[in-house]
Amino acid sequence: MSKAQVMSSLPGTFYRKPSPESPPFKQDGDPVSAADVIGLVELMKNFEEITADVDGKAITFLVEDGEAIMAGQAIAEIES
Amino acid sequence: MTIRSVLVANRGEIAVRIIQACKALGIRAVQVHSAADADSLAVRLADDAIEIGPPPAAKSYLNIDALLEAAHAAGVDAVHPGYGFLAENADFADAVAAGGFIFVGPDGDSIRLLGDKVAARQVAVRAGVPTVPGSDGRVENFDEARDIVATIGFPVMIKAAAGGGGRGIRVATNLDEFERLFPQASAEAASSFADGGLYVEKLIDPARHIEVQILGDGERFIHCYERECSMQRRRQKVWEEGPAFDLPTTVRDAMCASAVALAAEVGYRGAGTVEFLYDPSAQSFYFIEVNTRIQVEHPVTEMITGIDLVQSMIRIAGGEPLSIRQDDVVVNGHAIECRINAEDPENDFRPWPGTIETLRVPEGEGIRFDSLLYAGYTVPPFYDSLLGKLIVHDRDRNTCLAKLSETLKGLQVTGIPTTIPLHARLAEDPAVVAGRIHTRFLETWLNR
Repeated sequence: MSKAQVMSSLPGTFYRKPSPESPPFKQDGDPVSAADVIGLVELMKNFEEITADVDGKAITFLVEDGEAIMAGQAIAEIES
Repeated sequence: MTIRSVLVANRGEIAVRIIQACKALGIRAVQVHSAADADSLAVRLADDAIEIGPPPAAKSYLNIDALLEAAHAAGVDAVHPGYGFLAENADFADAVAAGGFIFVGPDGDSIRLLGDKVAARQVAVRAGVPTVPGSDGRVENFDEARDIVATIGFPVMIKAAAGGGGRGIRVATNLDEFERLFPQASAEAASSFADGGLYVEKLIDPARHIEVQILGDGERFIHCYERECSMQRRRQKVWEEGPAFDLPTTVRDAMCASAVALAAEVGYRGAGTVEFLYDPSAQSFYFIEVNTRIQVEHPVTEMITGIDLVQSMIRIAGGEPLSIRQDDVVVNGHAIECRINAEDPENDFRPWPGTIETLRVPEGEGIRFDSLLYAGYTVPPFYDSLLGKLIVHDRDRNTCLAKLSETLKGLQVTGIPTTIPLHARLAEDPAVVAGRIHTRFLETWLNR
């Protein structure tokens, strides 16, 4: 069992939901595919999608919804 | 005046501008800031500063409870909302007043009324202000909508009654398209705004965006002429000027009189802007909306009229009657404002936070630079990309454009990409110089 980290190349505000009223893209423990969107980063009012980039059995988020992140910060771990 | 201290409930270049106005009026300015803005120019310039929360705006500059707590802690008399964030949030204006503070702007009820597109349009109709032909308010159903478009003709826009920022807008050029798009727009409005209500109006194209600055003290209302704001990208203004070029005097007079009539209709208090669409071929103008706050582009008006709008709105909020009469407002020369954003115009305007290495700003008669910058400052990634505005004033549009071109060559911001090179190209573009600008000009020009 190995773990892959999902990094954000951009700094900004991290969101786990597509909009405040929506459910999260993924819950802790959900399986993911490489193409799945797992969150958004807001950089100066522009929104960029973050994808899992690897297939995995379970995702664990390291950052809360609406939290500030730095470029290169790990935002989630994916168990393969 | 009853205001001796102001809480600046905003950030960036407008916070700096408000602090400057407070200093000129002998008022103490207390700057709120997020954890990411502790090193900001506004914090450095203010008399006091209070941290209100973590970097994301939802937890700081949009946090009404944190702002009111700061106002109490600072013991201020008034709260200035700037633009953006909570500036047009009626609940914030109400909460400020309920907390015992003066809100620098119109009261919550006025913001609520003018912030509702349908209600604002009805106010405009009552004040005799021309509105875009369309449904007067929401359409009840598809049949009613189809009858209306049969009268006004195509192309038409279908808009969400509760929408904003261009979301939920669709354009139909014929009846088939209209029949297909109307249900889609309703479904999207219902999911985006929890309100499927729609209205329809005629699409004016090509159109210019021209807006009129107003001031009111609740009893007297004046205009400070117009600004031409057609240079836009993704519905965001990029470059503004005043006065609007090639505007017939009769049209200018009627447009400005309309804005004053609308202000009078609601007993407006404060500084505001009435936005119009102008159809140059028909020389007709139509009401779009009212912005119940100071605008980013207010310096254009300040440069050509000599009126300090930010000081004026603080004086009005403090209970002073409007000291300027309409006859005192005289336009002198021409002014152009360029918005300098932390975006890379060579890379699809990708936003770009980072550290400012050097900052060199040309000085001279008729040159003004409103900004949040200093050398060594690190632009945070959490907020708007607007770094500042270069405003240039001269005796007419041609001399103003020449001065702008020269000034842009001397304006140096290094460390991050900015939109300065875009403005340098625009200032010398033959179509811009000739004034052949409309609201779709810039996007077409960028895609050449």
